[in-house]
Amino acid sequence: MDNPTDTALRQDTSVEAGRALRAGAEPSQALDPKSPVARFNADRPLAMDAGVDLAPFQIAYQTAGRLNAAHSNAVLICHALTGDQHFAHPHPVTKKPGWWETLVGPGKPIDTDRYFVICSNVVGSCMGSTGPASIDPRTGRAYGLDFPLVTIRDMVRAQAMLLDHLGIPDLFLCIGGSMGGMQVLQWASLYPERVFAAMPIATGARHSAQNIAFHEVGRQAIMADLAWENGRYLEAGTRPSKGLGVARMGAHITYLSEPALHRKFGRRFQGGSAPTFSFNADFQIESYLRHQGLSFVERFDANAYLYLTRAMDYFDLAADHGGVLANAFRGTRTRFCVISFTSDWLFPTADSRAIVHALNAAAAPVAFVEVESDKGHDAFLLDEPAMFSAARGFIDAAARARGL
Amino acid sequence: MSGPDTLLTDAASGAPWGTAAGLPRSGDTGGARVDHLVVLGLVPPGARVLDIGCGDGSLLALLRDRRGVDGRGIELSRAGVNACLARGLPVIQGDADTDLANYPDDAFDVVVLSQTIQATRNPRIVLEHLLRIGRQVVISFPNFGHWRVRAELAFRGRMPITEILPEAWYETPNIHHCTIRDFVGLCREVDARIEKAAALDARGRPMRFSMPWWFWNLIGAQGVFLLRRGEERDEPR
Repeated sequence: MDNPTDTALRQDTSVEAGRALRAGAEPSQALDPKSPVARFNADRPLAMDAGVDLAPFQIAYQTAGRLNAAHSNAVLICHALTGDQHFAHPHPVTKKPGWWETLVGPGKPIDTDRYFVICSNVVGSCMGSTGPASIDPRTGRAYGLDFPLVTIRDMVRAQAMLLDHLGIPDLFLCIGGSMGGMQVLQWASLYPERVFAAMPIATGARHSAQNIAFHEVGRQAIMADLAWENGRYLEAGTRPSKGLGVARMGAHITYLSEPALHRKFGRRFQGGSAPTFSFNADFQIESYLRHQGLSFVERFDANAYLYLTRAMDYFDLAADHGGVLANAFRGTRTRFCVISFTSDWLFPTADSRAIVHALNAAAAPVAFVEVESDKGHDAFLLDEPAMFSAARGFIDAAARARGL
Repeated sequence: MSGPDTLLTDAASGAPWGTAAGLPRSGDTGGARVDHLVVLGLVPPGARVLDIGCGDGSLLALLRDRRGVDGRGIELSRAGVNACLARGLPVIQGDADTDLANYPDDAFDVVVLSQTIQATRNPRIVLEHLLRIGRQVVISFPNFGHWRVRAELAFRGRMPITEILPEAWYETPNIHHCTIRDFVGLCREVDARIEKAAALDARGRPMRFSMPWWFWNLIGAQGVFLLRRGEERDEPR
């Protein structure tokens, strides 16, 4: 992300388009994650919105910092669609630094010298928490599409069970961007007494029709790949890597912005200064997107992508509360800080304002900042000093109010 | 209906307002802006307060620390919002012209609009929202009827640049100037009851002695009003 031109240049530009997306690796982290795991047996099932009691199941998580004696300094980070629990730890597959080390660490706004920070892989994902790539104990093979449909609320219920498991009564702070922000809102609505402060970033209280449309294109790309094998690719020994790669390429465009694409790539050619009169990746932007698709399939499971995009599509917090979003937060004592980015067209500022207005109507203490950025939706993962200063101010003040 | 003769007095008692509000004499403000202390004197302890155009949050922090109010703010600038966040104040980056419509009726005990109404696109609609959202409204604005403003226009023939109206006409955010008397007229139009009113000098100090309205409209650099919705008036019309 930081230097996309360089990463694009590493790709072989002579590869034909049809061969550009090769078969991905085994989703090894799904079964054998490089992080702690909390296991829940049949006596503690996950009651899912689909009407299924999921058991047994497991949640893979990472932590940083130390829990204080009063157990009052816990921060829960909720990750985005294709994120994972490795927020401040090198990724076991890509070896890249933790995905939110810009915001979390010693001396950072989420200061690991002061707070005990937890991030768990959401249920339905593929980095160690139970999902479609996990083994179904009834059949001895991967769940595939037999896995129940997952909702944002299911993810949050599982996280609450993890906190119980870790002996954490309530959260000082619940924070996340995009799908992570949806979880933050769901947390504040479902367990208001367990959330002291909440920071939903670059998110919405519901998924828009346009966002559902983009997700559907991605899902259809996966399902159109013959190697998908109706979701049974793990047994068939194939991988729908072309479909998943195309899904990622399309989705990745929605995470950026036209000005950012123009600034980074423009119409620049990849190998020289002239078109090759072929369907090779002539343009740097093509090469970059192919690289994004290629690297994604190495770390992500296609069925998990289907499930998690669906969870976001189904999210509509107002609909769960009689169509009035304010009712989702009625009586809350949680303090909120909502952040949006000017160039985010996936979750535009209007979505954040709708959350803010609902919180106002519910008389909740809410702060709101719209950060000026041309980096699009992904800005929440990047170096955005204005976001950091807002987060630092809000979190420090909340810590004072909680006596931390 | 509040007439000009009740201006600058406690509308209920008829007594000159200012002394009654317990305003400090010069020198003992504890570092707070004098015009903020005027607002402080109007806000009951523990009230829910919305400060529109709250800047760096200094008034909200003062109200929280000295009155124990549950304060919220709206501020246009990100720098102001960040300063408020650092003070632990729940402040929303937003615009009085567009965001007030989303607040429910009677959401706050007191709504404060300090030195901002003249910069809104539609002051009448803003004032109507204030009266709807708050049980009481504290509003202050620069008085365009001040003698220095009049003198600049009358004798120099130029748009006035004064201590509290420091920008040139082509760069000022103040697009809807009014005089104290104009504002009283608007209060009548929107059926707002004036509970208290005061004129402040250019440094925000209240002017205490009782004088007729035309005097304040000439001498007051700023007007401060405490308003309430007209239908809540308790005296017979």
